[in-house]
Amino acid sequence: MVNLTINGKVVQAEEGEVLLSVIRREKIDVPALCHHEAVEAFGACRLCVVEITRQEWDGWCDYVTSCLYPASDGLIVNTHAAKVNDLRKTIVDLFLARHPKCPEIIELAAEYGVYSTTYQTVVDGDNCILCGLCTRICDRMGFHAISTVGRGHGKEVSPPLHKAPPDCTGCLACAQNCPTSFIEYSAAKGFLTIWDKKFELLKCSGCGKETITKVFAEHLCQERKIPFEYFQICDECHRKQLAATMGEITSWDREAAS
Amino acid sequence: MQLKNPKQLATLQKKYKAAEERFPKKVLICCGPGCLASGAQKISDKFKQVLKDKRIKGFSVEALKETGCHGFCEQGPLVIIEPDGTFYTRVKTKDVEEIIEMSVRKGETIDRLLYSPNGDGQRIQRYHDIDFYRHQDRIALANLGKISQCNIEEYIALGGYQALAKVISSMKPDQIIDEITESGLRGRGGAGFAAGRKWATCRKIESDVRYVICNGDEGDPGAFMDRAIMEGDPHAILEGMVIAAFAVGSSQGYIYVREEYPLAVVNLQKAIEQAEEMGLLGDNILGSDFSFKIRISRGAGAFVCGESSALMKSVAGEVGEPRAKYIRSVVKGLHDQPTVLNNVETLATVPVIINKGADWFKKIGTKKNTGTKAFSLVGKVRNTGLIEVAMGTTLRKIIYDIGGGIIDDRPFKAVQTGGPSGGCLPESQLDLPVDFDSLTEAGSMMGSGGMIVMDDKTCMVDVARYFLGFLVNESCGKCVPCREGLYQLHALTVRVCEGRATEADLEKMEKLSNQVIIGSLCGLGKSGPNPLLSTMKYFREEYLAHIRDKRCPAGVCRELITYEINDKCTGCMACIAVCATHAITGKKGEIHVLNQAKCTKCGACYAVCKHDSVVVS
Ligand SMILES: Cc1cc2nc3c(=O)[nH]c(=O)nc-3n(C[C@H](O)[C@H](O)[C@H](O)COP(=O)(O)O)c2cc1C
Ligand code: SF4
Ligand code: SF4
Ligand code: FES
Repeated sequence: MVNLTINGKVVQAEEGEVLLSVIRREKIDVPALCHHEAVEAFGACRLCVVEITRQEWDGWCDYVTSCLYPASDGLIVNTHAAKVNDLRKTIVDLFLARHPKCPEIIELAAEYGVYSTTYQTVVDGDNCILCGLCTRICDRMGFHAISTVGRGHGKEVSPPLHKAPPDCTGCLACAQNCPTSFIEYSAAKGFLTIWDKKFELLKCSGCGKETITKVFAEHLCQERKIPFEYFQICDECHRKQLAATMGEITSWDREAAS
Repeated sequence: MQLKNPKQLATLQKKYKAAEERFPKKVLICCGPGCLASGAQKISDKFKQVLKDKRIKGFSVEALKETGCHGFCEQGPLVIIEPDGTFYTRVKTKDVEEIIEMSVRKGETIDRLLYSPNGDGQRIQRYHDIDFYRHQDRIALANLGKISQCNIEEYIALGGYQALAKVISSMKPDQIIDEITESGLRGRGGAGFAAGRKWATCRKIESDVRYVICNGDEGDPGAFMDRAIMEGDPHAILEGMVIAAFAVGSSQGYIYVREEYPLAVVNLQKAIEQAEEMGLLGDNILGSDFSFKIRISRGAGAFVCGESSALMKSVAGEVGEPRAKYIRSVVKGLHDQPTVLNNVETLATVPVIINKGADWFKKIGTKKNTGTKAFSLVGKVRNTGLIEVAMGTTLRKIIYDIGGGIIDDRPFKAVQTGGPSGGCLPESQLDLPVDFDSLTEAGSMMGSGGMIVMDDKTCMVDVARYFLGFLVNESCGKCVPCREGLYQLHALTVRVCEGRATEADLEKMEKLSNQVIIGSLCGLGKSGPNPLLSTMKYFREEYLAHIRDKRCPAGVCRELITYEINDKCTGCMACIAVCATHAITGKKGEIHVLNQAKCTKCGACYAVCKHDSVVVS
């Protein structure tokens, strides 16, 4: 355990724990667009920036991203220093210029008092904020089906060669975690389409509702040693079945007791 | 033959040296990047062909060498006759027979091929006496232009691998690190970090595996120092790496070579094989129990891949994107193991320091910036090429004494150092000593050693626009301040160039620049605004002229200029020939006329006019 100061208050943290996790524990509000507990920190949006210093630094300060910076003894952190606020405001302003139609960005910018960008609007700016959550989550799932391609201002998220990704299982982890709902998919008539790839959906043997893709189910069967039958019923019907069974057991118990 | 101990290497050196001395007269053909581009290979082939059926007393075809870059690329193809150093410039294949007959056989000099500094007939015979070479101090480039490209026998004859023998037979790792620390050697790749300290940190970390990586990415457009060393003297790099590996306790090394350098890859690979064959690399080096292997890793073709964390990802086969270095790569680098990453030039300097000692090295350069630094001197100077000078040499000395001043004696305007994210320094900074600290303080940086000289026909706003444009494309695009910030800075600079900006925009640019610097993840973003900030600092008047007067004083920014032909026109028709839209008409000897409606303001006429009669307003 180490002692550090955040906004004037001495707090404890695990040695090496990232500052953002300590800040969140203290219920201090710091924006963090590219952060997700489930995946490795990335440091791309730079919104979680904080000012740090130490007694022995003689007034010298540094600006670091709290999602990556490790806590250590004696660290003095200011999450809302003037320069930090300024930088965050500039970042949301830059975001707004790039993604002028993105509701999440418009809302965030408004929180910082930015209602229209001071910079040149990127006319064809889409809603992908390049946070990299989708690609990291996809990697984490073990599929590596999508990645960022290109660099500089033209960087984008895409399957290899802009073609239907061979390694995609249609698990939807990317789309469901995209903060701006940029990744499109559609499910209809027994099929799911994402990244221009069409998947057969399994149907619940109980209620007939469509569940997950067959490819994803097969993957889970193989990787996690789950019997395939498990996926032939939806969660809800499974729960119902379970409740019915439990009811039966209780009634046996009651019978036995009487 | 595998050398079993340092003594055998000493014996071998004597043998190779004797072989070298058998023919004191040598013909050296520069086959560096510059001379190859101007046709050196054909010259060399011609030499071989002519010499094949000639017998010359005291000379053999063995004494014909294809060397690495000799430096004075602007005068290439170069042919040098040793031992006296006769220096032939702009050699053509038709000169070859004459050189063989006159200079090689008879020992006479061909005046016509000698270097003429002022083009006034005065000629200089030996390269040692030419200003371009006289003011240089060569350590990292010492062997270039002297030995055949990647020839281990010649390298050994000149004392190569003796530093390795010395450390293996008589130095402890800590002693090596102390020597390098004591020498004050700072990394030549850009940041100027103390090499000794980096090695010491790496050695101290508990780990079974440590890596040594040589950074040969050299992404700065126009720079070719590292390329020249990799192609022309690869063994110096290998020797430096083995010494580094021995010092930090590493058994695996990588050389990361830029994609665009296929010859460097070939020569380094050849050198690795040669060194392995002799037991100077690989298992049980020089019979000791120390083993070290080197593999070549080819770059991914992006500027940002030269950045340490991106480079290590690229070596590991991942996307070359930088990561936050709150835990430094010397602690957690390639495959999360402690890793020493050094630049080509840094590593090529190491054997010399071990051989000659830290005290010798410290005497060169300044107190905090010891030794020498190589630069590729390009742009509007007379003498362009590859140079190496003692740290602390002034910009004036480099540009005027070595570079020979500005082409056509035009006024000097600025010198850009540090590559695309370096800064531009004005005339008032010409007496600045060139070293890591002074350059940074002046708002530029050392970078890996690009140096571009600009004359009065250069618009500094346009220069800033150009470099920002490069960086917008080369940013990896991961973090917002760099990806979006540089994009907006570029857009704002374009506004200035087009006369659409206001003074408030200048303030905005300054503020955004500072935020990109503190907000960006890696060195690219952190230094990206340099070209803008340095030109805004030193050439503010020029920005204001664009903004207030809608005028580009250098006559470059298209939206703000018109070209006109004045009555100095001699009617030479040179401009007519280059005008792509046929906007200029006129007869030979008569004043030409420019039709503004057809003019696209490309500036081609302005560039070719020798009589100052195309004017910009
Ligand atoms: C954007 C960027 C590009 C870089 N490119 C190079 C390069 O091409 N060659 C190089 O040696 N160092 C380059 N560097 C510096 C390296 O990150 C690193 O500091 C250096 O290789 C360490 O070696 P040294 O200490 O011997 O200089 C670059 C840094 C940045 C931020
Ligand atoms: S698609 Fe969504 S999750 Fe993926 S990088 Fe873009 S904004 Fe982030
Ligand atoms: S500063 Fe630029 S190059 Fe570096 S990580 Fe950020 S976007 Fe990539
Ligand atoms: S959350 Fe830390 S940089 Fe995005």
